[in-house]
Amino acid sequence: MTLDLNWNWMLDGWITAVAVVCAIACALLGNFLVLRRMSMLGDAITHAVLPGLAVAFLISDSRASLPMFIGAAIVGVLTAFFTEWIRRAGKVDEGASMGVVFTTLFAIGLVMIVQTIDQVDLDANCVLYGSIELTPLDTIDVAGWQIPRAFCTLFLVMLINLTFVIVFYKELKVTSFDPSLAGSIGFSPAIIHYALMVLVAITAVASFESVGSVLVVAMMVVPAATAYLLTHRLHIMICFSILAAIISAVAGHVSAIAIPASFGFRSTSTAGMMAVISGLLLFLAAMFAPRQGIAVKLWNQLALSWHILGDDIVALLYRVDEKQANQRTEKAWIREVLLCSPLSFTVVMTWLRIRGEIVIKTNELVLTDQGQHRAQNLVRSHRLWEQYLLDQVGIDPSRVHPQAEQMEHYTDKKMRQQLHQVTEKPSIDPHGSPIPEERSTK
Amino acid sequence: MSATPAECAPSLESQSFAFESLVAVSEQTTNVWSQLQRLLFLQDYNTRVVLFGAAMLGGAAGVVGVFTLLRKRALMGDAISHATLPGITISFLAASIWGFDEKSLPLLLVGATVTGLLGVSTILLLRGLTKLKEDTSLSIVLSVFFGAGIALLGIIQQMPKGHAAGLESFILGKTASMVVSDAQLIAAASITCLAGCSLLFKELKLLCFDENFAGSRGYPIVKLDLILMASVVVISIVGLQAVGLIMVVALLVTPAASSRFWTDDLTKMTLISAGIGMFSGVIGAAVSALYPRLPSGAMIVLFCATCFMISMTLGVKRGLLVRSLRRLKINRSIGRQHFLRTMYEVMEQKQQLGLEQSITINDLLPARSWSKNRLATIVSRSAREEWITRIHQEVRFTKKGRFEAERLTREHRLWELFLIHHADIAPTRVDREADHIEHVLEPEIVAELELLLIEDQRELPQSPHGFDHWKQTDDSKNGNQKPNGNQKPSAEPPVSRARTGK
Repeated sequence: MTLDLNWNWMLDGWITAVAVVCAIACALLGNFLVLRRMSMLGDAITHAVLPGLAVAFLISDSRASLPMFIGAAIVGVLTAFFTEWIRRAGKVDEGASMGVVFTTLFAIGLVMIVQTIDQVDLDANCVLYGSIELTPLDTIDVAGWQIPRAFCTLFLVMLINLTFVIVFYKELKVTSFDPSLAGSIGFSPAIIHYALMVLVAITAVASFESVGSVLVVAMMVVPAATAYLLTHRLHIMICFSILAAIISAVAGHVSAIAIPASFGFRSTSTAGMMAVISGLLLFLAAMFAPRQGIAVKLWNQLALSWHILGDDIVALLYRVDEKQANQRTEKAWIREVLLCSPLSFTVVMTWLRIRGEIVIKTNELVLTDQGQHRAQNLVRSHRLWEQYLLDQVGIDPSRVHPQAEQMEHYTDKKMRQQLHQVTEKPSIDPHGSPIPEERSTK
Repeated sequence: MSATPAECAPSLESQSFAFESLVAVSEQTTNVWSQLQRLLFLQDYNTRVVLFGAAMLGGAAGVVGVFTLLRKRALMGDAISHATLPGITISFLAASIWGFDEKSLPLLLVGATVTGLLGVSTILLLRGLTKLKEDTSLSIVLSVFFGAGIALLGIIQQMPKGHAAGLESFILGKTASMVVSDAQLIAAASITCLAGCSLLFKELKLLCFDENFAGSRGYPIVKLDLILMASVVVISIVGLQAVGLIMVVALLVTPAASSRFWTDDLTKMTLISAGIGMFSGVIGAAVSALYPRLPSGAMIVLFCATCFMISMTLGVKRGLLVRSLRRLKINRSIGRQHFLRTMYEVMEQKQQLGLEQSITINDLLPARSWSKNRLATIVSRSAREEWITRIHQEVRFTKKGRFEAERLTREHRLWELFLIHHADIAPTRVDREADHIEHVLEPEIVAELELLLIEDQRELPQSPHGFDHWKQTDDSKNGNQKPNGNQKPSAEPPVSRARTGK
């Protein structure tokens, strides 16, 4: 399959580069936002900076980026400050105080812009959505190279963030996980908090100027959340989040070009596609994270239930054999006794036959020698447990069976030996059935 | 070149530029007064519609907002209103592919509702099944869904006939140019939400305050949660269309947060919140109709914010003013209690040492770590409240003051004894611990301590530690040999009048 990517290194290369540095700059700080439960702050700040931009514009009377940048950064920090103040002083829930602050600031900014609309040509589109696609056109001269301005700014911001995270790694870690401990050993949680807020504001402003506010929110939270799902250790989490950010940036731009092209359209928004790709990565992490993944957990449960069903089948065959009951051990009968679904029964039967624990003779299930081993030890565990529950726990003999039925699946040889000792080496269980001998080898 | 032009991206949040029709109207009428008259008497049909719509929306958002606020999901509305964008674009795309009218409002609303609900379920699933927290789930859904919407919009922009213009005006919100059908839609949605909330009031109350208890009583928590979230979705969507994305977030959050300052009662809180929402809606829309260039959505938000500021300062239950007054009162009472006890202890010391009984302010100054000014303030306040009498530098207990001082000293020492005997804290360290707790000891606890610690229950126990400050400074002043503080006091211990008075 050939995809006509229509890739132009001078344009698409730079777009990808800008996207990558932006994503890394955001993701670095995002880790701490996620850990401190302040994920919505990126969203709040990117909306709230509007009045800062408007005031900076009115004062400087130009669209030069430095005054705009300073104005936006100041308001961004103010947003964090007001949010914290309202939360503390007014005892308002963090989300609500954030909501109050950023909507109000946004409204003020909107009124300012509308009031001065004649003189101002402030493009709200660019402010709020940015245009990563246009960044390669606005270049500055660095040592003889024409480098996009956005790339330089974002690269600088990325370096600042990286330095901050590396230098204050310990402080950030302590204040994020245990603010009171941090306070008691002499780091001020408040100073670190506000330093982080200042950097978040600066990063948000620098990023949305070129890539838009959606991307800022997506890149701050989603890669960090992906990494959070994958690991418990902070430094690994930071590395994973950077990786996820890079993948989202590159794959985002490629898919922004490639996917619409396959339907006959031109490219679509890179920022949007980056957010989508990071969302996909998060979905994969949520499903398949080594221990916590939803799919992984489901699979483990299923595997365990199959294992237990296998145990139940061999134990049932053993008991039929033991009682020499005149019962034909047909599949249908076993399924009826054990109340299992056809699917899991088929799976488990296949597995037992592959392991050579069961063979089918004239339509009946018969234990092999190996199956006999497994069944005998299981029944032994069951009956030892029953004896133990009666002897040591004092449970009524008529009620020990269900408990033993659960424990038998988790009992290994060593535990059986201990049970054997503790219950004074019984030969029959409370119901009078003989307790079989231990079979050591499989 | 593979770039999308910037102007392709529509600005969801610059909705308020769509107020121009009203500006035109207002510029025709140069006289503000005549216009105010028209507004006040609702003569203008358009104004009537706009005010009605804004009021309905504000009220319903206020009510729903209270529940989301108490569920600590204030920003759910933000996430949801962003999550509707892909739905709108997908239904637009689908309609134009299958040849329907792609700008038909019901179709777009259905799309918005579907992805809005999808967003809610994603948030709930992320929170329930992974270790991600609420806020992270919210911002993930917000940014990823919105990003998908933006990407789809980028495609819609290129469609041969699909000018996104109509779509934009749908997304942008248009309070000022609200027409009857919009107001009807808002009214229908608001009434549905209000009816749902009032029918399920008890259930939602339980859900907000004690989810687990509600579950144990057999209420379907998940369904209730979904109903609540669905009403947030409905409000967000009609609000999105009417006042714009950020404004609807404000309507959902701010009135509810404001009402929390006024009351602890959910019913009252709901009513106050609805009132604030309606009020801000009406005033905001009216002001923006009166004056040119005040976008109505933004004005509504600003009036909400004003209400919030007022509530936060003046709210009678949790407002800043009330709380700081309360704190001031407590601080004063603590200061007074410390003063009275210190004075009593100094007096006791002097008795033990056989010194003259009169106490001067200079005696009191070294006994605690307080500044001269602070002590002077406390002394004059206590004198005003008739705990003590003051003659120049000398202070004396009044009857009431002595009674109170004895009670305080007694409670302080009881707690000290308790700490020494039952919490194994060194006698030198109990003074400070007891300092904190003595102000809040309940009579029942005092009675229990008495039973536990002292045999003669009428007796005021002696201090288990010496009075270091007092002793040292006294030493340095007089050079006298002082008896140890642990020594038996010569003076007869005063009886506990608190107890005999019972």
